[in-house]
Amino acid sequence: MQNLVEVDNLTFRRGERIIYENISMRFEQGKTTAIMGPSGIGKTTLLRLIGGQLKPDSGDIRFQDKSIVSMNRSQLYKARRDMGMLFQSGALFTDINVFDNVAYPLREHTKLPEHLIRLVVLVKLQAVGLRGAAGLMPSELSGGMARRAALARAIALDPKLIMYDEPFAGQDPISMGVLVKLIRELNNALNLTSIVVTHDVDEVMQIADYAYIIADKKVIGEGTPEQIRASDSPLVQQFLNGAADGPVPFHYAAKPLQDELLQGCK
Amino acid sequence: MMQSLVHLGRNAIDRISTLGRAAQLIWGAIIAVPQPVKNTPLLIRQMYVVGVQSFLIVAVSGLFIGMVMALQSYTVLIDYGAEDSLGPMVALSLLRELGPVVTALLFAGRAGSALTAEIGLMKATEQLSSLEMMAIDPLRRIIAPRFWAGVLTMPMLALIFSAIGILGGKFVGVDWLGVDQGSYWSVMQASVEFHQDVVNGFIKSLVFAAVVTWIAVFNGYDCEPTSEGISAATTKTVVHSSLAVLGLDFILTALMFGL
Amino acid sequence: MLSRKIELLVGLFVAVAIAAGLMLSLYVANQGISGDQETYQLKAKFDNIGGLKVRSAVKVGGVVIGRVADISLDKKNFTPVVTLDISTKYQDFPETSSVAILTSGLLGEQYIGLQPGFSFDGIGTLKDGDFVEDTKSALVLEDLIGQFLFSKNKD
Repeated sequence: MQNLVEVDNLTFRRGERIIYENISMRFEQGKTTAIMGPSGIGKTTLLRLIGGQLKPDSGDIRFQDKSIVSMNRSQLYKARRDMGMLFQSGALFTDINVFDNVAYPLREHTKLPEHLIRLVVLVKLQAVGLRGAAGLMPSELSGGMARRAALARAIALDPKLIMYDEPFAGQDPISMGVLVKLIRELNNALNLTSIVVTHDVDEVMQIADYAYIIADKKVIGEGTPEQIRASDSPLVQQFLNGAADGPVPFHYAAKPLQDELLQGCK
Repeated sequence: MMQSLVHLGRNAIDRISTLGRAAQLIWGAIIAVPQPVKNTPLLIRQMYVVGVQSFLIVAVSGLFIGMVMALQSYTVLIDYGAEDSLGPMVALSLLRELGPVVTALLFAGRAGSALTAEIGLMKATEQLSSLEMMAIDPLRRIIAPRFWAGVLTMPMLALIFSAIGILGGKFVGVDWLGVDQGSYWSVMQASVEFHQDVVNGFIKSLVFAAVVTWIAVFNGYDCEPTSEGISAATTKTVVHSSLAVLGLDFILTALMFGL
Repeated sequence: MLSRKIELLVGLFVAVAIAAGLMLSLYVANQGISGDQETYQLKAKFDNIGGLKVRSAVKVGGVVIGRVADISLDKKNFTPVVTLDISTKYQDFPETSSVAILTSGLLGEQYIGLQPGFSFDGIGTLKDGDFVEDTKSALVLEDLIGQFLFSKNKD
């Protein structure tokens, strides 16, 4: 099977802090790949690196066998037309309604006449179940609906790759179920390649074909959901089970408690 | 000692890199002028937001400032029996100074801060990022129309401000205080010069427009995408653009009317 | 996408701005002698220019025909030299014309009054760069008061 996106020996620093150290990943064509890990380790950063919004310090990222890192601006913009991204907040444009939001990339990148645009937009909205909400403003949508509308916008140009940034964060069980169903169905129906960044283990394990677990700047586990569940790495197990203490300690690094408490008594 | 030097150095580097980013932004936005067909509706929309919505405050301020100036000047001029000079007094102060400067300050408070907050919020809600990921350059789609709308509308607002101010001066001076209508206008015409006063005032407001809008869009685009970041950026816009306007006003006045 | 109301309002706004600009340039500003009009230069030497300034008006019988372009000091005999920009609309003043520094009102602005001389045969006209020979300096109030007191004392 061919890889749509390949990440090779990537290192990325933000200031002095190393976010990723020498990681490599493969994202197979037509498959859903999950990237999991604790909060605050820069999973979103990884999506931005793949989208070319950030440049790695070393290493290479290839999309459709072309290096994102060495692309110039116009090549990058061309490559991005084959990518869709669902941001955590949805990132709908707040000054136009849902219909215009979905139509936005179409109006920008195609020269389709308005009645065809209408057709495409309605089909996309139908796919996410929001055709009836076309006339609403983003502020009138619930969080889950906003994400679905943003999903319709992300797939408006029929991308090859779609990246989900924390699609399940802060959703009630029903909209979570809706989103899980949508991601899976879209992946199958449109032959998309999906990358799902999340820390909601259970949901993503239902839909992922392959998963990476990132912690402490590195990939600590990878494989199909079955392989991951069977992993004997304590770190992976802690993450899957949500144990409070383990290799990722409960306490933030600090001086021994006794020393600190007694300090004032001296 | 060493510490403060290091601090100074870091500060300077920060400032310079901020200036660099600001220059980059304006370069990206100005380069974006071609694309007229797609950008015209955006530009008109922004002219509405930035210009038309500032119209009322500018017009009302112009009216009152013109009236106050007429009242104040009259009390001084009448002592010398020179109330005929009321017209030029009001017109020259408005055209040369108050029109461009006060309009720019009002504009910074009314439209500039709104621009910063809007763009900052777009950044915080990832709208700018999502544009980039849609392969649409936010500099072209978001920054450029706002910048050009500001540059186009502020000089217009300054003209309106001055014109309404002169009319306000006329209401107070002529209709209330009884300065002769003919001498209000004719003495004004005798001492106001098209090139020297009207055109120079217009050039001033054009410069202010570019600077204020630039500061506003840059602070929005460069802000920390958090609520504190946006509020800090908004404050920064008002403070920086007011200072810039007053400083530039001195320089421009010296160049235009000085030796 | 763009509502008609917005377009209309922006159109109105631009129209108001243009109207304001027209009012300022036609009704408020002086169209007579403006910077971009064609002018020619005359010069005049005075003993004392009083409070005359660059851009003061040059008038003939109350009609503004030009502006003071430059004031400098003659390096040889240390007398002020005033350069006047006169509109090309007003030409052919005779050489016998005189200029005087006058004051509008008791404390008003000082301006230059040009008194056209008689022209008869053999008298040329003033051309670009010519000096006006017959000049009358500004009245300086202190001198005037001094003279007045002096003549009083004599009585």
